[in-house]
Amino acid sequence: MKHLKAIIASIAFFAMFAGTSLQAKVEIQWWHAFGGRLGELLDEQVNKFNASQDKYTVVHTRKGNYSETLNAGIAAFRAGQHPNILMVFEVGTASLMAAKGAYVPMYQLMKDAGQRFNPNGFVSAVSGYYTTTDGKMLSMPYNSSTPVLWVNKDLMKKAGLDPEMDLSTWKRVGNALDAAKAKGIDMPFCTCWHSWVHLENFSAYHNIPFATKSNGFAGLDTELAFNSPVHIKHIQTLGKWAQEGKFKYMGRRNEAGKNFRAGECMLMTESSAGYAGIKKEAKFEFGIRHLPYYGATEAPQNTIIGGSSLWALSGKSKEENKGTAAFLAFLSRTDIQAKWHQDTGYLGVTTAAAKKTKSSGFYKANPGTDLAGIQMMRNKVTQNSKGLRLGSFDQIRGIIDEEMEGVYSGKKTAQVALDSAVRRGNVLLRRFERANK
Amino acid sequence: MEKRVFFKGWWLPALLVAPQLLISFVFFFYPSGQAIWNSLFLPDPFGLKTEFVGLDNFRFLLSDPYYLASFKTTVIFSTAVSVSSMALGLYLAALADRLIKGAGVYQTLLIWPYAIAPAIAGVLWLFMFNGNIGLASYYLKALGYEWNHTLKGDQAMFLVILASSWGRISYNFLFFLAGLQAIPKSIIEAAAIDGASFWKRFGTIVIPLLSPITFFLLVVNIVYAFFDTFGVIHTITSGGPEQSTTILVYKVFSDGFVSQDLGSSAAQSVILLVLVGILTVIQFKYIERKVHY
Repeated sequence: MKHLKAIIASIAFFAMFAGTSLQAKVEIQWWHAFGGRLGELLDEQVNKFNASQDKYTVVHTRKGNYSETLNAGIAAFRAGQHPNILMVFEVGTASLMAAKGAYVPMYQLMKDAGQRFNPNGFVSAVSGYYTTTDGKMLSMPYNSSTPVLWVNKDLMKKAGLDPEMDLSTWKRVGNALDAAKAKGIDMPFCTCWHSWVHLENFSAYHNIPFATKSNGFAGLDTELAFNSPVHIKHIQTLGKWAQEGKFKYMGRRNEAGKNFRAGECMLMTESSAGYAGIKKEAKFEFGIRHLPYYGATEAPQNTIIGGSSLWALSGKSKEENKGTAAFLAFLSRTDIQAKWHQDTGYLGVTTAAAKKTKSSGFYKANPGTDLAGIQMMRNKVTQNSKGLRLGSFDQIRGIIDEEMEGVYSGKKTAQVALDSAVRRGNVLLRRFERANK
Repeated sequence: MEKRVFFKGWWLPALLVAPQLLISFVFFFYPSGQAIWNSLFLPDPFGLKTEFVGLDNFRFLLSDPYYLASFKTTVIFSTAVSVSSMALGLYLAALADRLIKGAGVYQTLLIWPYAIAPAIAGVLWLFMFNGNIGLASYYLKALGYEWNHTLKGDQAMFLVILASSWGRISYNFLFFLAGLQAIPKSIIEAAAIDGASFWKRFGTIVIPLLSPITFFLLVVNIVYAFFDTFGVIHTITSGGPEQSTTILVYKVFSDGFVSQDLGSSAAQSVILLVLVGILTVIQFKYIERKVHY
């Protein structure tokens, strides 16, 4: 009986002790959208931070895909149950920016916490996306990628093609697809993220506007403009390929990645960040190429980013904000950024990380991994190639996807589909403008 | 004869109906009132500011061709789900009713799918028809039929109807079987002795006697197709391609919680509320008259 009492007492003592030691640490909640290999790498970063200091504990939670994470964050904000840090994909940027009062701007957060933070350390093509026109950085770039062309070299050989052949223009890609189809290859071409690759990046790459007012950077009264003859020509080509069985539509997001990794698809347009999964799963020789363009325009402009940034949501205690600032500063450290870049295929978002990766000889050992960075920064950005800042853009992408499905299934011509997408999208832009006046 | 009971005083009857009134208020009147109120505003997603817009949300909706198309989609979808699941349920019940040996086993197996949640049923069917790894799509391809429900609207519609009806067949089967077993054997035997064929007996005796159950199932199935098929649609098609499987309820969700347009979403809820009200009145006023109890 005496023993029992002693045991209970000691358990109570340790429980108390454990309780206080947990309480002493400030908990920082981070909601994100990464599963699979990317989720593992993210978890690694968090663990490293938690082990590096004893004041804060970052707890990360996956809330589904990008859209689901954003929606979960917004719903939680309305209910006052939101996390400290929310991952928002580039498409949601305008919605967050317009919601003044929902977030603590990055420059403010860092200043209040006394964190040393240099916004100029970021690659401008990336940080420009998250910075106001008067140069204030609002959120922290986390993962940024840009679309490239992925090549299954084994299937190229099977199609009787030289796996190193020139695939820089869509015309040459078309010829390769013809040859592949003739040799009975079931899926010569597939693509992920239709609107992002074939309209948004397509516009920047050909230096034509996706929307007026510098793609929305210059004001909420922007209007969509992706129904120009060049856009129509490209989408019509994709539609024709779909009808001829050279291009197979697998879904709106990155569903086609599965087919490529399984070795079924010969050429795929997908984010440079497809690298992590392809490197892990592909049982064939693969190559990375620049995104093709139309030779009729001069040399291509630059492509734009996709990916996410981290927003510090408002309404948290000073103590927690300090922890948030410390964690975000940790994430932008050169060693963390360089490792992230090399593991995932996302761009090195700080210039120091890009330099470090280059000097370590990584690009030489892994040919093609530097293409995304080159493609993004090859020219001085123009009004058409800075990026996009459009409200309700997740919804507009949904409309674009719907209309493009109409083209692929042969129900609509590209002209009809893109005109309709522009018209429907503009209605939403006006509604967003009205709600955020 | 109807029985009528009169209470003296008012507090006991008030007390007895109070729980029901409370539940109706909390789960029906309060949320409906909120929906009506919100349908008059245009809020920003974060709930930081809101603007009174009167009936603009309704005007916006009724000028959206995709919203109008969603009415047609809903009618096609709910008719197909109700009719196919009720017809198959009745067919299987008629067969199971005639079983002498092993009836329990058949019945249990037929009821089984009802235990599966709609979202999980959706995933099951999605796996079978998945363009990459699906067994059904593989065999269809071998037969020379190109299956791609991510692109072809009619295939997507067929798949969501199939997945929604599947679990529902069990439910309908259960009720029809109970109904069949409640029909006195003597009536049917008497008709048989008079020389009525199986189909004659089925048409003139069984169907009329089943009409209360059929009516009940019709109401319940339409309500199911309208509201509870959300999980199936969300997992299989998310309303696509080109909104060809976006039924009204799914549009309320996708506009409100995916697109964060809560004003439009509330306006849609109000329209849906009115619609279901009208539907219920029609069902009870016109169809119930033809039902024999």
